[in-house]
Amino acid sequence: MDIPYTVEIRRDTGLINGKIGIWLFLASEVMLFGALFASYILIRTGAPSWPRGATMLNVPLATFNTIVLISSSVTMVMAWASLKRNRFGTYRIYMGATILLGLVFLVVKYFEYSAHFEEGAFPSTSNFLALYFTLTGLHMLHVIGGMTVNAYFWGPGAKLWKTNPEWFTNRVEHSGLFWHFVDLVWIFLFPTLYLL
Amino acid sequence: MSDHTAADIDRHVRVYITVFVALMALTLITVAISYLHLPLPMAVTVALLVATVKGTLVACYFMHLLSEKKLIYAVLGLTAVFFLALLALPVFTVRDGYWIH
Repeated sequence: MDIPYTVEIRRDTGLINGKIGIWLFLASEVMLFGALFASYILIRTGAPSWPRGATMLNVPLATFNTIVLISSSVTMVMAWASLKRNRFGTYRIYMGATILLGLVFLVVKYFEYSAHFEEGAFPSTSNFLALYFTLTGLHMLHVIGGMTVNAYFWGPGAKLWKTNPEWFTNRVEHSGLFWHFVDLVWIFLFPTLYLL
Repeated sequence: MSDHTAADIDRHVRVYITVFVALMALTLITVAISYLHLPLPMAVTVALLVATVKGTLVACYFMHLLSEKKLIYAVLGLTAVFFLALLALPVFTVRDGYWIH
């Protein structure tokens, strides 16, 4: 039996099921990160003193990572636009670039984390570092999740393009929505943790 | 966004590039401002303002929120209410048990 409303619009919602599904999931993600941001506000405002992020963290590396993640958002939306233009080869290039940029982000984070650990800075060291590792760690898990789904659509999942291109294009759009959300979260994490 | 034609997509691609340039510029502005060592309340305001502008650009253009269906707006509106309530909770707490008394 075919999965309903993968391509055709449901009359009651005005949407395909995948679209409403990913947005509901992102709504739950907003609350997840919202709870952590609220914890950050509570702990920071309650602390007698709080270090400026730049004194403990590597701002140039984080700026580079921000540029990397924003670039990956552009390549992601260009991958989807390539499918809309019926250019599968171009899609593969843009989607491949998105995955690679995600990998660059993770490698940079690996070097950042390694430097902290070598300095003896762990989550248990201070409230600031506990929040830093929790927020960036959870964000990294999301990057890994997004990369996994994108890699599937770059590789084996791309077979769907031959049999049902519209459904495949919709799937890539939904995967892109998650990826842009991951970018959006970093846009707020970067100044909050590194610059303030 | 699913019902857009290929011709529309060509126009959108130009917008994506413009938004990308704007996001890069705003990122550099955020970092540059941090080196001015503004007083904390001012620094927080400016940093969050720039981040909000960047986030809005991503949501509106890359996530196509400018042209979404009403149901998506309803879901996000409800989420926004709960999100703001969540952020407000610590504020009330630090005001010496404002809600408790």
